[in-house]
Amino acid sequence: MYTSITNRRSFIKKMAMLSAMTAASTMFPGILFAEEQERGLPKGSSLNWKKAPCRFCGVGCGVLIGIEKGKAVAVKGDPESTVNKGLCCVKGYHSVIAMYGKDRLTKPLVKKSGKYVETSMKEALDLIASKMKETIKDYGKDSVSIYGSGQWTIPDGYVASKLFKGCIGTNNVEANARLCMATAVTGFLTSFGLDEPMGCYEDIDHANIFVLWGNNMAEMHPVLFSRMLDQRLTRGAKIIDFATRTTRTSVAADKSILFLPQTDLAVGNAICYEIIKNGWVHTSFVEKYCNFSKGLTNMGYGLEDNYKFKDKPEKIDFETYKEFLNDYTPEKVEKMSGVSAKDIKYMAAYYGDPNKKVMSFWCMGPNQHSRGTWMNNIIYNIHLLTGKISTPGNSPFSLTGQPSACGTVREVGTLTHKLPHGVVMNKKDREFAAKIWEVPVENIDPKPTYHTVEMFRALDRGDIRFMWIQVTNPMVTMPKLKRYRDGANKKGRFIVVSDIYQTPTTDIADVILPSAMWVEREGMYGNSERRTQYFEQMVDPPGEAMSDTWQLIEVAKRMGFEKQFYYQEETHIEEIYKEYRKHHVGKKHNMAPLEVLKKQPGAMWPYVDGKSTKWRFNSKYDPACTNGEDFHFYGKPDGKAVIWQRPYEPAAESPDNQYPYWLCTGRVIEHWHTGSMTRRIPVLHKAMPHSYVELNPGDAKRMQIRTGDKVKLTTRRGEIILPAAVNQRGVPAPMQVFVPFFDENILINEITLDSFCPISKEPDYKKCAVKVEKA
Amino acid sequence: MPIKSYLVHPHLGRKEELVTEISGIQECSVIPAKNEDILVVVTETNNKEEEDILQRKLESIDSLNLLAMVSGFNTPKEH
Repeated sequence: MYTSITNRRSFIKKMAMLSAMTAASTMFPGILFAEEQERGLPKGSSLNWKKAPCRFCGVGCGVLIGIEKGKAVAVKGDPESTVNKGLCCVKGYHSVIAMYGKDRLTKPLVKKSGKYVETSMKEALDLIASKMKETIKDYGKDSVSIYGSGQWTIPDGYVASKLFKGCIGTNNVEANARLCMATAVTGFLTSFGLDEPMGCYEDIDHANIFVLWGNNMAEMHPVLFSRMLDQRLTRGAKIIDFATRTTRTSVAADKSILFLPQTDLAVGNAICYEIIKNGWVHTSFVEKYCNFSKGLTNMGYGLEDNYKFKDKPEKIDFETYKEFLNDYTPEKVEKMSGVSAKDIKYMAAYYGDPNKKVMSFWCMGPNQHSRGTWMNNIIYNIHLLTGKISTPGNSPFSLTGQPSACGTVREVGTLTHKLPHGVVMNKKDREFAAKIWEVPVENIDPKPTYHTVEMFRALDRGDIRFMWIQVTNPMVTMPKLKRYRDGANKKGRFIVVSDIYQTPTTDIADVILPSAMWVEREGMYGNSERRTQYFEQMVDPPGEAMSDTWQLIEVAKRMGFEKQFYYQEETHIEEIYKEYRKHHVGKKHNMAPLEVLKKQPGAMWPYVDGKSTKWRFNSKYDPACTNGEDFHFYGKPDGKAVIWQRPYEPAAESPDNQYPYWLCTGRVIEHWHTGSMTRRIPVLHKAMPHSYVELNPGDAKRMQIRTGDKVKLTTRRGEIILPAAVNQRGVPAPMQVFVPFFDENILINEITLDSFCPISKEPDYKKCAVKVEKA
Repeated sequence: MPIKSYLVHPHLGRKEELVTEISGIQECSVIPAKNEDILVVVTETNNKEEEDILQRKLESIDSLNLLAMVSGFNTPKEH
């Protein structure tokens, strides 16, 4: 295409400006350039600004979207949102551009003789319904499955669960949050009996100390990081970055502490040891509100097909727990973790100081961890021992990475064992769901089937024959990817993929459905602080693109479930949400009515008597507390939280002579997850055009590798060649490398390991052994 | 024909003054951040010499604390 020099210069000026703005946004997360935003708008425009939650991460920033002539043309932070208070990160600021990529899917595609052929939506939906019915007839109900995501809106996930669990009668429902948040869920359930954080983002305005456990918030949660930096400036709050690699978060923190992979378990226990040793235990809190338990150890790593594990909790007393911690003195832990005893004591002292309010933040570090549930438990142990929980500023806070990982996957319950309220194993929960769904209770199978990794293994084995994948990209994100891609491509498998662009996942599809994205349809997301946010349809989707919700309803009707899927096209979102709310009635989880969500930037559940609940389990704030005490951990039958005895155990695979380095994977600020949206936003793509491997400068020097040189990474799963980054954005510790996973042309998951936490079944993307060579 | 972009940090409390000063320079476009003490400045000059002169001019502004270049492009001369 010809571009005039004038246009080119103007483009380059724009790029130069945007590069600077991107750089500024990484230094000052949440920075706003309002003047530029307005300058970019069409001349004489009269924008209609409408509110929505951001499409990208789990922070759930409120944004205002400028609509003109049926097109979303601008984004700005919503000053009325208590989440982001008008701030917006570089991805959110450019988010609407992701809707207008040139290669947007607009027509259904059906694979015929190896080639994709355009067809009508009616024909595609007919084909999907008939193929599902045929597969169930030939192979049984557990041969069909759906794999969704934390980007599903609440109605998407709800109708998926209702169709598969309630109508078809299979628990083959999973979502990609299994790959990122399942550990947070099992952490909450084991410690408190109920999922999701007890606190909220307002804790940031009260805390004196922020401890970030393996959490690069400056890049992954920049708006919340910006709020923390603001508190440091105005109130002198301190930030401690506890991580395996030096990042922009480390540089901005008051203190950066590096630990060797997997040894966070030991350091956490050492902090508990110090708290007890120094008499910093909040004795009355622990006596009144906590139990002590231990579980099974040496659980394995789930590397084999059909791996099963069930923990056997056993109550212990405080003295037994105290004795267990004797193996974790700071001096002993220093030797295994690389963290000095002095630094362990430094962290413990802040947690132990009764005059300091402490927030712990974590995300993928402790969650994508082969002992992730244990790691979550240990962080809760620290807060429970010191009584620093469920009060403003004292808050263990597990963050999420997708806009509705909480709202859809965890609250609607789009995981194999879950129902919107409760679990499939519980008779009363099944009866409750069946009544609302208007299905015979026998329809809901009491046995969970496959978690995500096992679901893709079942597809490979042929136990699953039909899979519908919506709004996620597993052919980039699955660990040990080759096995699962080869499995999906085997004969006799039928794969449907609903998405907005072609991705490596649409490559395995038999039918590709074009989806409506974000504000091209109506819906709700639920963010990390239990906040449900509504967005209206603001623009039309392109071509025949259709919301994932309506795709599922159309197929359900074709399969004979008209009674259960009675919804009208014009009002279906309202009808679905109204029905969904019935599952959560009660003071423990009541959801705000739709009229409230339409009026304000979201509401936090439990929403009781017209009010959001900011701090659960604290009787001052939470109307569900009924024990007459200050705190009530009502998720557990006796109202007490659990302090778990959890030891250090090594990772599934550790460096050895053949594969001497640790490989860690993760994200970058410019791209959201697999990059299928952000790589179509020119400024973000230009700022970060391809993946790379970060090396420690000492290791790089020894191997004579410089930035840009090709590096070969080899694991037991395969090899990959990619450019080096030395002393660039992040700096790994010696004998460790880091690779981001956003680049579909450099699929790092070809060589990662599919080990997982035996309790949560969430894979450990942060640790496997790798050989590093100059290519 | 160099095009460069900078992050420009003002001295404390002198952001507005700095915006005014730089806005008066023909070769500069200024985009001040709304909620931080920082400006994005894009410069466009005809050649390296002019660029050097401009850089010295910017650095001599009293209210300017730090000038950090982010990106630089060299484009063909316009006809």
